[in-house]
Amino acid sequence: MDILFLLIPLSVVLVLGIGVLFWFALRGGQFDDLDTPALRILADDDSPDPGK
Amino acid sequence: MGIIEKVEQQSEISTAASLPVACFHCGLPVPAGTSFRAEVDGLWRAMCCPGCEAIAQSITDRGLVAYYRLRDANGNVAGDSPADARPDAGAQESLALYDDPLVQARFVRQVDGRLEAELLLEGLSCAACAWLVGQTLARVKGVSRADVIYANRRARVSWDPALTRLSLVLAAVRAVGYRAWPYEEGRLALINKRERRAALWRLFVAGFGMMQVMMYALPVYIADAGTMGLDAEQLMRWASLILTLPVMLYSATPFFLGAWRDLRRRPFSLGMDVPVAIGIAVAFGASTWSTLIAAGPVYFDSVSMFVFLLLGGRYLELLARQRAGQSLQHLARLVPETAHRLISDTTGGDAETVPVVMLKPGDRVLVKPGEAIPTDGLLQGARALVNEALVSGESRAVRKSDGDPLIGGAINAGSALIMQVTHIGADTVLSSISRLMERAITERPRWVDVAQRAASGFVVAILLFAAVAALAWMTIDPTRALWIAVSVLIVTCPCALSLATPVALTVATGELARRGLVITRGHVIESLAEATDFVFDKTGTLTRGQLQLIETLPLGRHGAARCLEIAAAIERGSEHPFARALVMAAGGERIPGTQAWHNVPGQGVEALVQGQRHRIGRADYVGALHGRAPPVAWLHSMDSVVWLGDESGWLAAFRLGDGLRARTPEAVAALRGMGRHVHLLSGDDPQVALHLADVLGIARANVTGGASPESKLDYVRNLQRAGARVVMVGDGVNDAPVLAQADVSVAMASGADLTQIKADAVLLSDSPAALVSAVVLARRAQAVVRQNLIWALGYNLIVLPLAFAGMVTPLIAGIGMSSSSLVVVLNALRLRHARVPKSIDVNPKHA
Repeated sequence: MDILFLLIPLSVVLVLGIGVLFWFALRGGQFDDLDTPALRILADDDSPDPGK
Repeated sequence: MGIIEKVEQQSEISTAASLPVACFHCGLPVPAGTSFRAEVDGLWRAMCCPGCEAIAQSITDRGLVAYYRLRDANGNVAGDSPADARPDAGAQESLALYDDPLVQARFVRQVDGRLEAELLLEGLSCAACAWLVGQTLARVKGVSRADVIYANRRARVSWDPALTRLSLVLAAVRAVGYRAWPYEEGRLALINKRERRAALWRLFVAGFGMMQVMMYALPVYIADAGTMGLDAEQLMRWASLILTLPVMLYSATPFFLGAWRDLRRRPFSLGMDVPVAIGIAVAFGASTWSTLIAAGPVYFDSVSMFVFLLLGGRYLELLARQRAGQSLQHLARLVPETAHRLISDTTGGDAETVPVVMLKPGDRVLVKPGEAIPTDGLLQGARALVNEALVSGESRAVRKSDGDPLIGGAINAGSALIMQVTHIGADTVLSSISRLMERAITERPRWVDVAQRAASGFVVAILLFAAVAALAWMTIDPTRALWIAVSVLIVTCPCALSLATPVALTVATGELARRGLVITRGHVIESLAEATDFVFDKTGTLTRGQLQLIETLPLGRHGAARCLEIAAAIERGSEHPFARALVMAAGGERIPGTQAWHNVPGQGVEALVQGQRHRIGRADYVGALHGRAPPVAWLHSMDSVVWLGDESGWLAAFRLGDGLRARTPEAVAALRGMGRHVHLLSGDDPQVALHLADVLGIARANVTGGASPESKLDYVRNLQRAGARVVMVGDGVNDAPVLAQADVSVAMASGADLTQIKADAVLLSDSPAALVSAVVLARRAQAVVRQNLIWALGYNLIVLPLAFAGMVTPLIAGIGMSSSSLVVVLNALRLRHARVPKSIDVNPKHA
């Protein structure tokens, strides 16, 4: 049962980590546009010039 | 790619056989004899116009040819580009306006040294377009980030102000054939959205914490005695404590902040957050202490579940409340975002699409059929049909003629019209209405204060009860004492009590506005519901204040209609009010022009109608034409009479008078039917006032003619001294002292001058009938408030003993408390469907 002493703190860290990650994703606009990213794969040259 | 080749072949055929070909860019047919071309993907493609040519060239130059491939791959070849894509001169100048920091202040945010704005995209019709615009934006030098959101046609752009300007960004979008405007969200809508989002986050954190804490709590519950070591249990407790921390520190902050605000409020008055905050703080504190000393029970799972349930209830309540307040926002949403501004001065000139914020007074704007009028202005041109339901509540379209004011947000129900802008932004009628209503909602009427005070007393009682419960259970069963005290605190929280009144009033205010009565003061609904006497100031409140034909009396060989046609034909050239009323009553022009038209001021008009000499005007003037004595009828009428005759005798008499407003008799009858007294105070001749009272069915004893402002004031004072609650209806400008004396003052607003009116409520509808629906609604609102208060009190009285007896678990307490406040909000929402008597309902569609 000693493994609990590793797993339970780990689960706490995971839960907090997932929450923070989700928060960042939402704030970063990951879920704002669900249509265009699907098309990006179809374009050959979709990356803007790196120099700009 | 196959499709491209096919198009290419087609265009080759076309040059040979001159068949119509589709433009490679927009898909419209290429007109014969034109040779606009652009090189795309190494091949020359046919274009329909220089605009498409320039856009296709620009897309190619930017290395975005993939757009065409994407578009074709998705089967959107034709007609998905903006039709209005011609590059126009001067566009760059008008865009430069957006570089002005003052203009930018409205929609640009500053984020770490960069500027960020939301753009509204026009012409975006497929995901390929979104891709093209996104790529175009990203390639503008200085733009660090550009997200195009296809679902709502918006783009979020952030740029470095040192490297580029907003106008350049907008111009880049324009170069590839779309239009972009800075998007400015309504202030209230923005606040609401932010509030909703914050509430949802709190709920999410609480829910996530709750589930996880439950996982740690469950083993302790189900483990058989002795199988779980103290170390393992202590580990679970610490894990629970850590995961409950975000719930307490983030999700539960609204409760703590609310409680803190209550405690500091002067005069002292405790709100509904106090017991909740104390409840969860005590439970969390006790559990933390148990964890630290490794002894005693912990309640982390219950605390987090509790916060989650409370927040869930609050979230639903928030949604309902925002929905209730929507009538206010919906006013702002009616105004379109863009308008068609006419470029040249000639009628029928080209129109450019500009955002409404860019319109200036004096601009001429084209409003297409079915579109909303962008801002306040004057109609230019003969006729228009406009639906002003948004301000008057009247669902029928209103006819307007040249020079008439148009209200921004009204719908053009007729053919395309041209208007000249007079007011913009905060000066418009719609903005004034929203401001007035916001003021009314922020002002707290007496009802709310009463509820607030009751709730405060309640909270003190609850705190005492909880303490007593804790002490009593200490002696009965110390392990349950804490829990029962917390349950008592939560389940009896007077949330419903504090919500009961304000929610009902907000809903009623919005609903009244939809029916044509804008409330500017908080106490109006309360006073309207209790009003006993309605006093009308005759001029302009019951009548239109405009001459109109009341009756035609044929006296000779022609029928009434024929006489009216003759009269209108003679009077068409005259500007006299009588003449205008007759022409209006006659409607269209049926008798062609008259000859030998001759006007004798103060007497009448003489003219040849179809070769016969006619006269219209005073009796003696007309009588002089044929020498016969005038008929006795109407000679001594109270209204003005216009006579018509020819050389052989009298033809007709027209009685002209001030016409009643729409549905006025029904409104008066409905008020009397509800047991209200209706009075008429008039500065006019007592005979006229009595006559009007007879027509409307107002008791003669309640009529005073020839009243001076002082006597009107005395009249209202006397009524009030006799115990009446008086609603005074006037025009809002001339009768200010009387209006101020009345319990509720209602001003009839005929159009624009809303800002000048000093009254508790403004009747925007043309008919006093809206006042009756207002009374009906106010009484319903009063009933709803009463139901809500009874429900809230009844609920608390029932659950308190149960919680005291330890029969309510904290879980049930949370659910009960949340649902009880939800019931109150939903009950208030019923007001949106309140019925009013059919005869006076101006807008049956909404009922």
